[in-house]
Amino acid sequence: MPELLLELLSEEIPARIQRRAIEDLTELLRDKLAAAEIPATSLHGYVTPRRLAIIADGIPGVQPDRAEERRGPRVGAPQSAIDGFLRSAGLASAGQCEIRDTGRGEFYFAELHYPGRPAAQVLPEVIRAAMAELPWPKSMRYPASSLRWVRPLVSILCLFDGGVLLLPIDRVPVGRTTRGHRFLSPGEICVGNTADYIKRLGEAGVVLDRDHRTEMIRRGLERAVADEGMSLKPDPELLDEVTGLVEFPVVLAGEIDAEFMTLPPEVLATVMRTHQKYFSCVQTDGVPAPRFLFVANNVATDGGKTIIAGNERVLRARLADARFFWDQDRKTRLAARVDALRGRIFHAKLGSVFDKVERMVHLAEFLAPHVPGADVVRSRRAVRLAKADLSTSMVGEFPELQGIMGYYYALHDDEDSAVAAAIANHYKPLGPRDVCPTEPESVVLAIADKIDSLVALFAIGEKPTGSRDPYGLRRAALGLIRLILEKPVRLSLRSAFSVVERQLALGEVKTELLAFIADRLKVHLREQQFRHDLIDAVFALAGGLPEDDLFRLTDRAYYLREFLASSDGANLLTAFRRASNIVAIEERRDGCMYSGEVDESLLRELEEQALAARLAQVNSDPRMRLDFEDFRGAMSVLASLRQPVDEFFEKVTVNTDEPELRENRLRLLSRIRATMNRVADFSQIEG
Amino acid sequence: MILDLQGFWAGHGCVILQPYDVEVGAGTFHPATALCALGPEPWRAAYVQPSRRPTDGRYGENPNRLQQHYQLQVILKPAPADSQDLYLASLAAIGIDARLHDIRFVEDDWESPTLGAWGLGWEVWVDGMEVSQFTYFQQVGGIECDPVSTELTYGLERLAMYVQGVESVFDLDYNGASGAGRITYGRVFKRAEREFSAYNFEFADTARLVAHFADAETECRALVDRGLALPAYDQCLKASHLFNLLDARGAISVTERAAYILRLRALARACCETWLAGSRAVI
Repeated sequence: MPELLLELLSEEIPARIQRRAIEDLTELLRDKLAAAEIPATSLHGYVTPRRLAIIADGIPGVQPDRAEERRGPRVGAPQSAIDGFLRSAGLASAGQCEIRDTGRGEFYFAELHYPGRPAAQVLPEVIRAAMAELPWPKSMRYPASSLRWVRPLVSILCLFDGGVLLLPIDRVPVGRTTRGHRFLSPGEICVGNTADYIKRLGEAGVVLDRDHRTEMIRRGLERAVADEGMSLKPDPELLDEVTGLVEFPVVLAGEIDAEFMTLPPEVLATVMRTHQKYFSCVQTDGVPAPRFLFVANNVATDGGKTIIAGNERVLRARLADARFFWDQDRKTRLAARVDALRGRIFHAKLGSVFDKVERMVHLAEFLAPHVPGADVVRSRRAVRLAKADLSTSMVGEFPELQGIMGYYYALHDDEDSAVAAAIANHYKPLGPRDVCPTEPESVVLAIADKIDSLVALFAIGEKPTGSRDPYGLRRAALGLIRLILEKPVRLSLRSAFSVVERQLALGEVKTELLAFIADRLKVHLREQQFRHDLIDAVFALAGGLPEDDLFRLTDRAYYLREFLASSDGANLLTAFRRASNIVAIEERRDGCMYSGEVDESLLRELEEQALAARLAQVNSDPRMRLDFEDFRGAMSVLASLRQPVDEFFEKVTVNTDEPELRENRLRLLSRIRATMNRVADFSQIEG
Repeated sequence: MILDLQGFWAGHGCVILQPYDVEVGAGTFHPATALCALGPEPWRAAYVQPSRRPTDGRYGENPNRLQQHYQLQVILKPAPADSQDLYLASLAAIGIDARLHDIRFVEDDWESPTLGAWGLGWEVWVDGMEVSQFTYFQQVGGIECDPVSTELTYGLERLAMYVQGVESVFDLDYNGASGAGRITYGRVFKRAEREFSAYNFEFADTARLVAHFADAETECRALVDRGLALPAYDQCLKASHLFNLLDARGAISVTERAAYILRLRALARACCETWLAGSRAVI
């Protein structure tokens, strides 16, 4: 079967979007080939910094023929209508049509035959359409073509069954040639077929297969560290990125001057990784090694000496910058930098970072007693210093080191180690995969930072909307939730919000914010396959304030799930629904509410007397007082309703002819609903 | 090195221009790029341009940071199909041999919010050091560039440090003489770095800068109304530099900053539209 080879050679494609681009192109082509009825039996995509390539096999040489039946006008219709139909169907006379009775009269039918077109004719259209639909995150115009692309297309190689397919891409050359590695073998390569393509590219210094390049780099890195008895700091993201920067990877090692090895390891790693895309090494004892590894895209004629020397020099300049900052910064105590925060705007409507710190001090004093082991004096000290590193040169240069630098500078100033750790940890967790701190003062600070930002930004209406969340409030809320649940911390969020609200004096947001947090909690739990309706059921109880202790809230939701899985729970839920449905229907029909007291003198049947008695018992049971926190107790009390409720429904008819009895029974049902709703809002439960 | 680069680009049909005499933040702002990138007429130019970046000043104490540095700027309209090859040949012309070095095109999308301009391209790395910016202009002044141009910006101090093998910009040999006659980059510029850093960060009178900004804005508008694109654009550049100074002084909040950028972008757009209208009239 004929094979298809397509290579789109362009100028360098950004590393981070290569993988997605080839996946999209492969998918688009696969779908379009299938839609054109010339599906490939195999189709593989390859990507390098300069090319997207597709190798497909088993594409049929022609499309299958297609037949279509078309209904024309009724027999005996005006001649003009019949002629029009014949013309459109490409027929000469009505005799070529079949006449068939459809049950609603006799009609002309034409059988149209479309012979399949050769794949070589269809493919250029298919490929062009796939290229036009390829969704680049950002694409550009350039003089050679009207087709937007991520960077200018240089040339296209397109062979089908050994012959060149001419694609209509304006002035971009299309043929059987491509180019090798930009520096190792920049000449033109003429390609006969797929096997030839891979072989010649390989000879021309291009490793086409991305996984193969990654593997070459991984092996190169391992060899380089093994030679020196060190180990590599694993960094899959960086490995992935550098794979997208080279067509022929060459791993090289450089040396870091000993004078820079006194810098904090995070500073070394950040300088090397973010600016230079270098890998860091550690010695067997975990101490940073004075080596860096990097991946070049060239086999230099001098064995890489010039390249290594150049990279060492760049790193030296970068690290000299960093050390300059490190030395300068340590000349001023962190405590002396707090005042500078007055000039740093947190938000135009909320004042400076200094103001934020002031609010956080009060908040930390409120929070510390709720976090087991947290010392209020240390917490307060840590808050005061938490943001002071923002005005250091190092954080100015490397914003991602905020907190971390505060930690080192605090230690340098002989601050308490718990205070320093809290400064380092207070931005955490930085994402769903980041760990939450566990040290008590760190937890206090991390919670205080997030609650302050949430309350303050909600107070000025900067809430996240749709995909817009410029202040990262969703992340802050999720961080807050995780900090509370993982420690765990027992805390009334409403009271904590009040501490900030009082200082801001911008009005109340706690209700709205609590609903926002509950939404994030649902998202968080859903990611752990937990049902959001159970959260709703325990979040907002009729007549009461929504639950604001997240630990208690989730604990109840978990228990509710357990309860509903038992036969008592499942039956009680069915009974609850039956009772509420009947009451709701009758209330709607009668236009009144049946929420009054049950009249005991009207309880005629044994079963309704028993149910009324049990309801009274349940309602007076001390375990039903939820502020005592005995949720499990309350649920077990509710479970005792199951039997009398079941018996009631079995024996007693609600809608009797006697209006007084009927009304009283509806009140009884209404009471079941009200009683159960004291513990959880069962009407929220789905399924 | 400047001569080599200029010679190379003159050989490829570029007009060799001189620096523009209004303070600009980058060579892109020179009218030979910002305005000439618009409209259909072919255009090729190369020139050196001092760039002022008030926030980058370090009082001359940092070996790699300057509040003013020099760029060599090349604009090629329309973008030639072999732009990258031409660029690599220009590196060879100043002694950077591609067989010995690791030259990379690393993604860097360029955007100038104040100029209402953006393009896609790369930073060019030589052995891990960024030596150039390479951009295909897509929009300037909010107007689509048709045809698209290639813009190349060489950081001259960086390149010179690389070629001379020095670690501090202030140690660059600036006249090739030895002994008492030797003049370094530091000798020429260090005092300016110190004094301008002090001015930019500490002593620029913010109230006066705000007033100057408003004046330049008014003047720019008035000139646009008279169809005088180039003088109007000068005022737009002045406003832009005043904004950079205010920014370095830390005198504007995040929201104010956004408002300033919008005002500047509106000026740039008006200038670019006036420029295009005028060039059509001339033809």
